[in-house]
Amino acid sequence: MTSTDISNQPSLLRRLISGDAQQKLLAFASLVLLLIGFSIASPNFMQVSNIIAILQASSVNGVLAIAATLVIITGGIDLSVGTMMTFCAVIAGVVLTYAGLPLPFGILAAILAGAFCGLCSGTLVAKLKIPPFIATLGMMLILKGLSLVISGTRPIYFNETAGFDLISRGSIIGYFFPSLPIPNGVLILFLVAISVSYILSRTVLGRYCFALGSNEESVRLSGVNTDRWKMAIYALSGAIVGIGGLLIASRLNSAQPALGLGYELEAIAAVVIGGTSLSGGRGTILGTLIGALIMAVLINGLRILSVAQEWQTVVTGVIIILAVYADMMRRRKSG
Amino acid sequence: MNSSPSLVDMSGIEKRFPGVHALKNVSFNLRAGEVHALMGENGAGKSTLMKILSGVYLRDSGVVRLDGKEVTFAEPKKAQDAGVGIIHQELSLMNDLTAAQNIFIGREPRFGFGRLDEKALNRQASEIFASMNLDLDPRVCVGELSIARQQMVEIAKALSYRSRVLIMDEPTAALNDTEIDELFVIIRRLQKENVGIIYISHKMDELKRISDRVTIMRDGENVDTVDAKATPVSDIIAMMVGRALIDSDVEIPDTSEGTPALEVRGLTRGREIVDVGFTVQKGEILGFAGLMGAGRTEVARAIFGADPRDAGEVLVHGKSVDIQSPADAVASGIGYLSEDRKHFGLAIGMDIRANVAMASLENYTSKMGKLDEAAIGLVTREYIDKLDIRTPSDQQEVRLLSGGNQQKVVIAKWLLRDCEILIFDEPTRGIDIGAKAEIYKLLNRLAAQGRAIIVISSELPEILRVSHRIAVMSEGRLTGILPGGANTTQEAIMHLATKRETVSESLGATA
Repeated sequence: MTSTDISNQPSLLRRLISGDAQQKLLAFASLVLLLIGFSIASPNFMQVSNIIAILQASSVNGVLAIAATLVIITGGIDLSVGTMMTFCAVIAGVVLTYAGLPLPFGILAAILAGAFCGLCSGTLVAKLKIPPFIATLGMMLILKGLSLVISGTRPIYFNETAGFDLISRGSIIGYFFPSLPIPNGVLILFLVAISVSYILSRTVLGRYCFALGSNEESVRLSGVNTDRWKMAIYALSGAIVGIGGLLIASRLNSAQPALGLGYELEAIAAVVIGGTSLSGGRGTILGTLIGALIMAVLINGLRILSVAQEWQTVVTGVIIILAVYADMMRRRKSG
Repeated sequence: MNSSPSLVDMSGIEKRFPGVHALKNVSFNLRAGEVHALMGENGAGKSTLMKILSGVYLRDSGVVRLDGKEVTFAEPKKAQDAGVGIIHQELSLMNDLTAAQNIFIGREPRFGFGRLDEKALNRQASEIFASMNLDLDPRVCVGELSIARQQMVEIAKALSYRSRVLIMDEPTAALNDTEIDELFVIIRRLQKENVGIIYISHKMDELKRISDRVTIMRDGENVDTVDAKATPVSDIIAMMVGRALIDSDVEIPDTSEGTPALEVRGLTRGREIVDVGFTVQKGEILGFAGLMGAGRTEVARAIFGADPRDAGEVLVHGKSVDIQSPADAVASGIGYLSEDRKHFGLAIGMDIRANVAMASLENYTSKMGKLDEAAIGLVTREYIDKLDIRTPSDQQEVRLLSGGNQQKVVIAKWLLRDCEILIFDEPTRGIDIGAKAEIYKLLNRLAAQGRAIIVISSELPEILRVSHRIAVMSEGRLTGILPGGANTTQEAIMHLATKRETVSESLGATA
């Protein structure tokens, strides 16, 4: 028996109603319900300009959430993505504004700075065996402090770098299709999502992400250099945070060193709403994307309905708890 | 036999851990095409020796030769590459990955640039399954498989390395008889291909069936290497424990008088439990036999209130009790000792005191909610004495105790709670032979003190050894109740355990 028939796979239907798909479906259904609800509640909601505003608002959080998803699937957590984002923006500022180098160097510097920070976190976690929560808590404070030190606590403006603001606010799509002025920030979010999604499902790095979160010791005993892969995953996550740093700096046309704290929690919230398990081993980028969109739609819709900002925060908290509860219920049912 | 060449030759192996001299001048020899059993009580050093062979541990001194060449494996990967595969005792699979992904973890077929060839991965996995005669979709998540199937995936993983030496650490612990037969067919096939197999197990009948030679270890030392077929089981056991065990026959007390301590009527839960009814008298041990999945544990959990039931009545000392939760069951004097001690029976990181008092804390708490540590310590030491728990102190962390002593801590917990009815689910799983005998004696003593005891076990010799009566289940139904002791044979139990429908007249116990 050299070739074996493997056509007795679970039917498409069975796979669709399987656990992970269910959670994605649930998140997606919630998103659609929110969209319908707000459309009915306010005629201003379903405008092209507003939808674009929502997408633009979700781009930074979306990119950070994708970075956080990678680490969370390995069973870790990353509390430093917010201040790391700011740090990368400040580094871009140093390269472009202080040193006056051309734009590509700034972009490269921000991404490399992120990858290096991620590598540091990964080294702390993998080599020194410091729990991810503590290691990234430390990194969060270190990077916040460094951002303030490097910038002298003052914002760094990018006025002298032509085209920097276009990274997020320009629209390549709008250039070719004037009726569809989707900003580059949104385009970048989707490109990052597609790439990371591919990495997770089709590459060795992605496979070890899930494997580490599922049973690290077993991966190690299978002869995989788990430390090295873990460091690589954190570094990739950091590089993506670097992209997030470029997006926010471009949107503000400045690096704001005091910014960043709190972004990590919003990113983790989007990951969780998207159905990624905080205990590791499972999760999807599509889910995280939907999670980030749900949060952006919610904030935008409530604002249009003139709900006070304080209440927007309360609602976000409730949504997070509901999402995790729904996930647990589903898991309990499937045993 | 001497003509077959030595595949593995270990000699003078020494290994120390902090405070423990784990291996003392140990030798071990494996020939190609041989099944070589490695026996010894827990802590005898079998697993340590195998971990050295498979590259998990480094030896302190000694020589390991593979095909006559001296080798040192710095990590498991090196051992695997050299053809030494190991199937670990504790399943070490990644539940969120598919069967195929598990098998090829660390050496996935790739296209380049780190991209995975998922098709090749699944094809190669299904080829291995086919060679094992195993009908399994390589794309199923391992977490969704039964323990037995997960075990098969482990074996497939080891086979995929084209191992010339295969170490199996208690491979049948979670398998039923049919699955064990399948495993043995695979082992014999590997034998024909000149693979050397090291087989660790506590089950004597299996060793007799499958192995050629047996090496016995005790306290980190070699005792002897003997021919498996020619050496009587009692000799092997004697070498393992260092003393001969008296395998006395069951004394069956007269328990025909009086109200049963526990009576169960018409217990039903979905298709798992179908109309199960039985009684247990004071002072009686009722054994529950059956194949895996027959519904024995489900019955115990339903009685204990751990799972809801669709129908059925539970009577304690003749009075109907309404058990909706484990708390209700405990209040009625029923204790349940789970088969999975580490997950459900013990707070593994806490000390003996805390565990013994766990179910009775309200009796050792002042009005202000303060725990009476002195009283807890006193009563814990009393039970350490009574049950002969071997520990340096009552404040030893439970995870540091051996399996047998952990089991005794669980028993102490329920005795302190004054449970008159005790349900033991696989009480000796993972416990070595010497400690098993002690647990059996303890069960007898508990029964003699007037407690009603249910013992669920998958090992027929164990059921026959401890039970006064034997209830047999098959596919959720009670298919018969047999007398214990010498009057019943393993064949009689197996006959009922493989029966397809209820034989209601054999439920004579309700009289």
